[in-house]
Amino acid sequence: MSVKEIISKYPPEKSYLLMMLQEIQNNNEKNYIPEDALQNVAAYLNMTMGSIYGVVSYYSMLSLKPRGKYILRVCASPVCELVDDSLLSWLTEQLNVSVGGTTVDGLFTLETTECLGRCASAPAIMINNETYTNINTARLETLISELRMK
Amino acid sequence: MKETRIALANLGKIRPESIEDYLESGGYKVLEKAVTIDPESLTKEIEDAGLRGRGGAGFPAGTKSRFSRLSCDICPEKYVVCNADEGEPGTFKDRIIMENDPHLLLEGMLIAAYIIGASKGYIYIRGEYTESINRVSAAIEQARERNILGNKIFGSEFSCDIEIRLGAGSYLCGEELTLLESLEGKRGYPRIKPPFPAEKGLFGKPTLVNNVETLAHYPSIIQNGAAWYNHLGTEKSPGTKIFTISGKVNNPGFLEVETGVTLRELIFDFGGGIKDGKKFKAALLGGAAGTFVDESMLDVPLGYDTLKEKNLTLGSGAIMILDEDDSVTKVLHNALRFFKHESCGKCVPCRVGCKQLLILMDRINEEYDPEAVQALEEEAKYMAATSLCPLGQSPILPIASAKRFFNIAAAE
Ligand SMILES: Cc1cc2nc3c(=O)[nH]c(=O)nc-3n(C[C@H](O)[C@H](O)[C@H](O)COP(=O)(O)O)c2cc1C
Ligand code: SF4
Ligand code: FES
Repeated sequence: MSVKEIISKYPPEKSYLLMMLQEIQNNNEKNYIPEDALQNVAAYLNMTMGSIYGVVSYYSMLSLKPRGKYILRVCASPVCELVDDSLLSWLTEQLNVSVGGTTVDGLFTLETTECLGRCASAPAIMINNETYTNINTARLETLISELRMK
Repeated sequence: MKETRIALANLGKIRPESIEDYLESGGYKVLEKAVTIDPESLTKEIEDAGLRGRGGAGFPAGTKSRFSRLSCDICPEKYVVCNADEGEPGTFKDRIIMENDPHLLLEGMLIAAYIIGASKGYIYIRGEYTESINRVSAAIEQARERNILGNKIFGSEFSCDIEIRLGAGSYLCGEELTLLESLEGKRGYPRIKPPFPAEKGLFGKPTLVNNVETLAHYPSIIQNGAAWYNHLGTEKSPGTKIFTISGKVNNPGFLEVETGVTLRELIFDFGGGIKDGKKFKAALLGGAAGTFVDESMLDVPLGYDTLKEKNLTLGSGAIMILDEDDSVTKVLHNALRFFKHESCGKCVPCRVGCKQLLILMDRINEEYDPEAVQALEEEAKYMAATSLCPLGQSPILPIASAKRFFNIAAAE
């Protein structure tokens, strides 16, 4: 779906802003909100670029920079850390990126997130919009190689 | 352990994606009856039931409903907003309700809307809750198709629609006034209280903001009456509560029981005891904005009032368990990191204070440093007294309680 098609699904009301932006981001190959998309949204909602930029930069799920095809978000909150605090460092090593970075092949961006509400089956991670629980390094290895082959 | 299910009454009994199942189990019958009763009687029922907000603060739901109803009672525009931002670490009760019984939430919200005279409702769901978003969206569509949402609901004069809005990864947006800002398409900066949402809420109009679990109790209370509800649980925090138990127990999970249950029962009966045969060390009650306890508190009945008497919090009902080899100091450190990450930076005491707390934690982690612990508590007290919103007032809770029960200077 193009940015214009996404925007026109919504009435021109500011309360839809976060939903539009998330849908635009989810439909973007590089998981981000490009400048021209932001301009379209701003014009549609009669907002200045300054104010819309202020909103986007506030929310941790939104990105103005191109990212990988898959966003790996590791839960950094207390329960997941208590149960297994090794996932993040394992991923930085395996993917050879630091937190916030994207692999050279453009496939993975590594991020952290706060509690995903899966604490009973900690540790948890999100890959794009899906949540995975009871994660360990062996399962991560499988998940990553599956995504590489897709 | 014996569960008493109200918010989770249909769990596993109906298919969540089927409105037919919900209707067959008696769903929307209470709404059908409610729209024929005068709102004052319904408010009184919620008040007399003694229902307290399940979002964390335990504010009396009936009082809030009354304020919102009486606030500008001729206003054509009023709103009900359901807080489904669930971001407190360790908490996942609202997710369980939304994924398993989305129509119960809609029914509760519609009753609440009818009572206060609202013609529109919004459910603000955190952006990470993909399944909840899908389930609730589908439920809204089904309810619209059958005119359970819409004009002249069940042939009455009451009309109401409900829509979803999404959060985008901010804990602070779960705070009710910040949530309203975010819903209006703005940065998640808190508003100054007063005015309260009941006076000036969403788009400046009278608004009732309630948590998912709170609203899920409305239908049962209206159906069975205040006296029935009031007899469940403890005297001052009546009813049931969903507890979410995580960390070092054999069976982490969730359960809905009458308030007044003890930690000992939750850990050893429901949770199957501490993992790997180890000993219990600590529990963190209510998430990052919660309080630590040691084994001396295992037999305190869990309720908003009973815990408050002991300077502790029930909060969201999140219970995180640490075993004898875990470090309270490490969990505290993570909780403080969480606050720093989620602070919006609008006011100086919290913006600077959160950083300061982490610097002090580093000192504590490095070597035995009782002075740093003292400074930590003082800084958090100062933040609690001077911060603009409740986020900056929260770090004192885990800090003071950790210090009370454990020797954090020794990284216990
Ligand atoms: C930083 C912060 C985060 C909060 N997050 C949530 C949340 O995710 N869900 C929620 O229901 N209440 C949350 N609250 C509490 C709300 O401000 C408010 O008390 C609640 O929505 C009222 O609903 P209730 O009366 O039904 O509990 C939060 C409060 C603070 C200060
Ligand atoms: S207390 Fe913290 S979160 Fe609240 S307004 Fe101040 S900086 Fe923002
Ligand atoms: S702490 Fe990681 S899912 Fe809750």
